Amino acid sequence: MANVEMNGSAIVIKALHDQGVDVVFGYPGGAVLPIYDEIFKQNKLRHILVRQEGGAVHAAEGYARSTGKVGCVLVTSGPGATNAVTGLLDAMLDSIPLVCLCGQVPTHLIGNDAFQEADTTGITRPCTKHNYLVKDIKDLARIMHEAFYVAQSGRPGPVVIDLPKDILMGMGEYMPPTKVKHKSYNPRVKGDISDIKDAVKLLAKAKKPIIYAGGGVVNSGPGAAQLLKQFTQLTGFPITLTLMGLGAYPASDSQYLGMLGMHGTYEANMSMHDCDVMLCIGARFDDRITGRLDAFSPNSKKIHVDIDPSSINKSVRVDVAVVGDVGHVLEDMIKVWRASQAKVDQKALKQWWKKIEDWRAKDCLAYQKDAKVIKPQLAIQRLYELTKHRKDVYITTEVGQHQMWAAQYFKFDKPNHWMTSGGLGTMGYGLPAAMGVQVAHPDALVIDIAGEASILMNIQELSTIMQYGLPVKVFILNNQYMGMVRQWQELLHGSRYSESYMQALPDFVKLAESFGAVGLRATKPEELDDVITKMLETENSVICEIAVAQEENCFPMIPSGAAHNEMIFGADVDTENAVSEDGMVLV
Amino acid sequence: MATTSIYGENPYHEDVLTHTISVLVDNEPGVLARVIGLFSGRGYNIESLTVAETRHKQGLSRITIVTSGTAMIIEQIKAQLGRLVPVHSVSDLTLDGPSVERELALVKVDGTGEKRVEALRIADIFRARPVDATTESFVFEIVGNTEKLNAFIELMKPLGLVDLSRTGVVAIARGPESMEGQD
Repeated sequence: MANVEMNGSAIVIKALHDQGVDVVFGYPGGAVLPIYDEIFKQNKLRHILVRQEGGAVHAAEGYARSTGKVGCVLVTSGPGATNAVTGLLDAMLDSIPLVCLCGQVPTHLIGNDAFQEADTTGITRPCTKHNYLVKDIKDLARIMHEAFYVAQSGRPGPVVIDLPKDILMGMGEYMPPTKVKHKSYNPRVKGDISDIKDAVKLLAKAKKPIIYAGGGVVNSGPGAAQLLKQFTQLTGFPITLTLMGLGAYPASDSQYLGMLGMHGTYEANMSMHDCDVMLCIGARFDDRITGRLDAFSPNSKKIHVDIDPSSINKSVRVDVAVVGDVGHVLEDMIKVWRASQAKVDQKALKQWWKKIEDWRAKDCLAYQKDAKVIKPQLAIQRLYELTKHRKDVYITTEVGQHQMWAAQYFKFDKPNHWMTSGGLGTMGYGLPAAMGVQVAHPDALVIDIAGEASILMNIQELSTIMQYGLPVKVFILNNQYMGMVRQWQELLHGSRYSESYMQALPDFVKLAESFGAVGLRATKPEELDDVITKMLETENSVICEIAVAQEENCFPMIPSGAAHNEMIFGADVDTENAVSEDGMVLV
Repeated sequence: MATTSIYGENPYHEDVLTHTISVLVDNEPGVLARVIGLFSGRGYNIESLTVAETRHKQGLSRITIVTSGTAMIIEQIKAQLGRLVPVHSVSDLTLDGPSVERELALVKVDGTGEKRVEALRIADIFRARPVDATTESFVFEIVGNTEKLNAFIELMKPLGLVDLSRTGVVAIARGPESMEGQD
């Protein structure tokens, strides 16, 4: 087929069609009007009109993480692009594949401080995997296709394409996507087989092994989660997951120790500390995982499987590194394990499990029940119990205490059903993300577990949710504090609650109603189940406000500057001395 | 109060080493900004940086960076560079076998009489070439490794050094292997 001449905007839309994009989240403006004109002329690509560009990016993140596809965003120049920046960095840190199309002033005005001009490629360079400024329409189709390739190959991430208005209006040739090898970016997916053999050798000799898996397993696809399950059950090893990895291994399985890290379980963190061989798969030894680095798992040999070579030896030095896609590596690992007829020291493993069971018996997630006030932990537990029989439940969260409680008390058995802002910790992520998830899965139950502070950061997206009839449920744990800030002030700053009290909060029931959604409220423990059931039965979007215990803290916790075996618990906290002087400077 | 940090503290207390790294990149707008932004954003040192197009037909440029850090940081710098989309290859000339390093400086020396004669004499010893001369000044061109240039510049200071321009280090591996491939 001969290549056809068309205008730049038509090339953009054609490329999106050919890349299989069915929905784009966006907000129009002067510089992108030509693209909006093309959107108007076609029906294949659905546009979701958000209320602020930041919402568009988080929605695309939710869409991408729940489908495994690339999320697509369309914003205008200047403030449109700068509003998108937080979401782009969020996607960068959590490795979410996005393509964000930004309008730009015409090429001859670039650098002229023109109306709504921003140096978008300059601003987004450190918060994207890659970005492009299209200066010649001849490059447009290639760059469009390349952007999708870069966004989803290797370690996924956000890609920005800056599109000057004259390029969008000029005439050029379209080029269909081809499977040409990228001239410089060809990340390795297969792991080196000799490294894998070394890893298996080390694992087979382990007496106190642990598997520590993360978001990379989710990114690698459902197949990788299956392989992880196969490998874990083949070896009989205990497994723990990071915040980003929840769902990569079924939480209901007995080999699962729960989440690890700052608010992880006692058994997971103690196993990490005491293990002799650690297998890290698709995780990155983040500071929220390791705690004090020089006391992190001091006596173990470490194996690290990651697709990104820069993750290896970044903060923790490892003994065996396998660079490759976790799905491929796990497949090879299973093959090598079987072929070498690796036999674990069953006696040692049994002893190790016994030790783990002792740690488990501490029941670190236990909390004091209260007959008068709803405990936030109870609210999440009841939400889980009342939804667990459903086939498709997607949970998003905002950032703070509620996020940690959701991670601790909601159980995920499948990947891609848990959307949270892990790396950047972006308050206001959950509502737009839930919107994106619901667009991708119109019939699923999508719940944003929120705090009253976070939800107000992107509450405007409730309007979008109503416009498209998305039945998103918002489950607000209202403690009238920025809970995590208050908790840190209690532990670190002598309970001086500086600016962490949320005064003049809206009436969330009326707020929901003003948008046309349904508002519900529970203030006493006996109301909780009824309100949750009512929320689940409502077809419309619901804001469900749960008034919870105001000064409840999120435990267990590894305080800043402490090691994995120095966790503190809800029952025995000495708030005066919980954090050492040295720990106070840490974030 | 001790300022330990889970980010900054390096439990592997190690010596700081200087490495010369050669990076082959697509010669496209913004590529240098990506490399420099990576160094400033992640807090790495740049002691010297040179860049020029080396293969016009393929649109390739070579960036030579002299940087310093612990072995772990150097490894991290190379991995981070390799992660940039327009980067074709990264090679550590300090680690990957013997290499040749050169730097060029233009040194302007003002003076008359005995100092002027002395400047010329020392330039001769260092094989520095006068590339401009007036009755009261010279501009010397000197090529060599960084230490040689430093030594020459130190000697020129008391003799009337007034202006100095250096290229930064360029380097290439010894032997027949290429990091660019064939034309």
